[in-house]
Amino acid sequence: MGILSQLIFIPLLGMIVVMFLPKQNKWAIRWTTTFFAAIPCVQSLWLLWDYFYNYSGSYLMAYVEGPYEWVPSLNVQYFLGVDGISVPLLALTGLLTLVSVVASFNIENRVKEYFAFFLLLEAGMMGVFVALDFFLFYVFWEIMLVPMYFLIGVWGGPRKEYAAIKFFLYTLFGSIFMLVAILILYFTSEPHTLSILEHVQNGSTLPYTLQMVCFIFFFIAFAIKVPVWPFHTWLPDAHVEAPTAVSVILAAVLLKMGTYAMLRISWPMFPAALRDCAFYIALLGLIGIIYGALVSMAQKDLKKLVAYSSVSHMGFCMLALAAYTSEQAIAGCMYQMISHGLLTGALFLLVGVIYDRAHTREIAAFGGLGSKIPVYTAIMVFFAMGSLGLPGMSGFVSEFMIFVGSFGVLAQKWMVGIAVVGVLLGAAYLLRMVQRIFLGPFDEAKWGFLTEINVRETLTVAPLMVLTLWIGIYPKPLNVLMSETLQHLITLMAR
Amino acid sequence: MEFQLPEYSLRLMLPEIVLFLAALAVMTFDIGTRRRSGAAVGYLAMGGLVLTGIVLASTGYGRGFGNMFFNDPLAVFFKVIFIGAAFMAIGSSFGITATKVVNHRGEYFGLIMLSTVGMMFLASSRELLSLYIGLELTTIPLFVLAAFFKDDKRSVEAGIKYLIVGAFSSALLLFGISYLYGLSGTTDLTQMQLALATKQLYTQGQMGAVLLLAIVAILAGLGFKLALPPFHQWVPDVYEGSPTPVTAFLSVGSKAAGIVAFIKIIVIGLFSFYEPLMAPNDWGIMVGVLAAAAMILGNTVAIRQSNIKRMLAYSSIAHAGYVMVGMLALNELGLASVAFYMFAYLFTNMGAFAVVTLFEDRTGSCEISAYDGLARSSPFVALSLTVFLLSLTGIPPLAGFVGKYYVFAAAIKHAGSQAGLGWLYWLVGLALLTSVFALYYYANVIKVMYFGKSPDPAGMSFNPPALAMIVIGLVGVVLFGLYPGPIIEFASHIPLSYGFLVP
Repeated sequence: MGILSQLIFIPLLGMIVVMFLPKQNKWAIRWTTTFFAAIPCVQSLWLLWDYFYNYSGSYLMAYVEGPYEWVPSLNVQYFLGVDGISVPLLALTGLLTLVSVVASFNIENRVKEYFAFFLLLEAGMMGVFVALDFFLFYVFWEIMLVPMYFLIGVWGGPRKEYAAIKFFLYTLFGSIFMLVAILILYFTSEPHTLSILEHVQNGSTLPYTLQMVCFIFFFIAFAIKVPVWPFHTWLPDAHVEAPTAVSVILAAVLLKMGTYAMLRISWPMFPAALRDCAFYIALLGLIGIIYGALVSMAQKDLKKLVAYSSVSHMGFCMLALAAYTSEQAIAGCMYQMISHGLLTGALFLLVGVIYDRAHTREIAAFGGLGSKIPVYTAIMVFFAMGSLGLPGMSGFVSEFMIFVGSFGVLAQKWMVGIAVVGVLLGAAYLLRMVQRIFLGPFDEAKWGFLTEINVRETLTVAPLMVLTLWIGIYPKPLNVLMSETLQHLITLMAR
Repeated sequence: MEFQLPEYSLRLMLPEIVLFLAALAVMTFDIGTRRRSGAAVGYLAMGGLVLTGIVLASTGYGRGFGNMFFNDPLAVFFKVIFIGAAFMAIGSSFGITATKVVNHRGEYFGLIMLSTVGMMFLASSRELLSLYIGLELTTIPLFVLAAFFKDDKRSVEAGIKYLIVGAFSSALLLFGISYLYGLSGTTDLTQMQLALATKQLYTQGQMGAVLLLAIVAILAGLGFKLALPPFHQWVPDVYEGSPTPVTAFLSVGSKAAGIVAFIKIIVIGLFSFYEPLMAPNDWGIMVGVLAAAAMILGNTVAIRQSNIKRMLAYSSIAHAGYVMVGMLALNELGLASVAFYMFAYLFTNMGAFAVVTLFEDRTGSCEISAYDGLARSSPFVALSLTVFLLSLTGIPPLAGFVGKYYVFAAAIKHAGSQAGLGWLYWLVGLALLTSVFALYYYANVIKVMYFGKSPDPAGMSFNPPALAMIVIGLVGVVLFGLYPGPIIEFASHIPLSYGFLVP
């Protein structure tokens, strides 16, 4: 079994092991899960390292497994492989899952089921980033929904049931479009194949209309995941109601699947359709940036603020994806995906930290916490700064690359101008949040009992801090890692 | 003219004979022990079915009794489904026979087996009359079974309703068959296919109204059996009132029998009349409309149900609609996808009903709200029901998903094969869209089981055979979801054996 299969099956094995542990022994369950999440984390980081030194010189798929026959009569194959755009996301998944598992140690209710579902979720996420067969990709894409549904529905906030089914229905609704598009592609290819690689290499030979239909179908499926405005309405519900660690996974990994799938599948596969849709994609991205930021600004709930900021930040990714002929923009999109994963993941963790203590997330209820819990304040301000794009941190690098790249190639330069306003709005809502929560007079009677962030919680955000700074200060290794793959993708997309 | 005696190849009929004898043995055993047979009679019945399965496996393909009895891939595949459905229905009946039908265990199990014999004859026929007889043999025991709780008003109502509707639909079917015979001069389906096509050419389509009448009557007759709207009204009441294992058997076995009849009469017998050119005799568009109605109605009305048996009844209407989508794909995938779909449906639905039966045995309730908190009191059973419901929704990697994928793949392939079939794309789109609706009501049950906060959730009774059925269902759903290759391979012989060639 190759390393990519291990990334999928070790969490699955962990799930089975956890299911057989006694229910009462909560610490055994927690540490077993940590163990089984740590293995893929280490593996995926090693993969990053190994890919960087041995494979980054070529755009070809590395660590390929298969294709092995799975269902011969339907030409379904077990086919895995990674390249420069999936390796960083795998590492992100591995790391964030481990972080989330550790951050979930405070779950006391139905611990066993919680961690079993968490490991199943990880297997699905890893699978999406390594699958090279449409059927396999679809299986992983869907399999994630089930644990996610339970994680939100059982351990979530007050409106958890509504949020859980809304998330499930929304994503399944998107998936059916993908399924139709996959079937059309399958039957129009000669010989019939479900291999994503072959479809991407050959480009679509479909008549223009059908190509457009397939492109739009894939777009709907992926845009719901991203989420692109106006498909974003599941996001605030799901993010807000989900327990902390699940919000982290949602924001850090699940949203990236949408943009990853666009880069992997629909963008290089339908260049003609992409050319004609690029303007509208940029427009949707732009609306997302501004709308997300404005709505964030109006939020009273801290978690909702972070949730809507995701809509805004993923809008930058869409803008970059519309400027698909520029390597800088696409690289910026990848940076933004990773950076948003780290920053928003951390912000959700920090929101969870304060919520666990104060049992409220209302921004107006706080004030002056900076004097009471300085370390927490410092960390929170650090990530808020990263999120608003302070130079020296990953958010700045990615947004800068997106602006430079898309300004160069987009015909509508004004769009980039408006997108920059989005960064300004981002600074506005994040700074206002910092000001209202951490500065000003402190109410000792009300919040005197608040305790400082503890060691476990600090440990969960520490790696994210390091990575944010590293990417912000020295992004070159990541660039080297992705460059060949991105150039190859761009030649495919721009043909 | 020399009269040739047909070949009596009894060996081919051995599975049916074995099962028939086993049914008689079961009934005799129950009477012989003065109705004190207990669970033994049930195990005897299951043993009889297993034996039938073994005999079926060793019988092989062939034909006999003139051209009256075929053991072709279609027959064998569906016989496996019938035997499996009967096996799982009997396996989950032990709770009922222990408490409710104590004086008629033999008849109860025997009738299920006799109905299965009818289904097996049906699957082997390639001729209208033996097909009709097989269909009657299938349904008549089911009338009795539906009314088996004779002290329960709803069960008796179910029986009467099913009897009237069943008789009416059979009459309609027979009426249609008589027209087909009149037009073609034969009851042999393969000859009829040719005769009708020739006649169509010869008369330049002047058969018009008569053939249309025949097609409509047959579609209505089979529509009742398959519960395609607008012929579905009996389904929820009969499903609700019948003993739960009988409901399960109805929803899988009897439905599969209807599907076989549909394949034989419509898809094979009227093969040449599924062409946009053949309007108004084009049965394709009619079936398409029925399928669309089934998917819309089944999936929307199910949302409102508070009784799980009624919900599953409407869901089975919807699933009949999905199967029809595969039926409309007249290519080398179509019939195979239908067969595989039913195979997956066997494990999924029988498994779900096994859970419902087990729950009803303990609590006496079929209300969805009674499942509150089941995940805490019986985690394994709740997990199983979740898996079955997700498979019914079509979430990968479960068998139900592979079935749906296969059916839709077949339909999309056919839609692209010739002009004038563009509506099939829309039908597949509708099928997918309604399967999103389906998620809502299936997930509702999961929600109640897992998110419910009942302080004292109802538990499950411990009933080894029923638990075994749940495990069989679970293994089937997961195994054939992850590794459907061999079954699909087997199923793909079906369309080939009827001349649907790979282009």
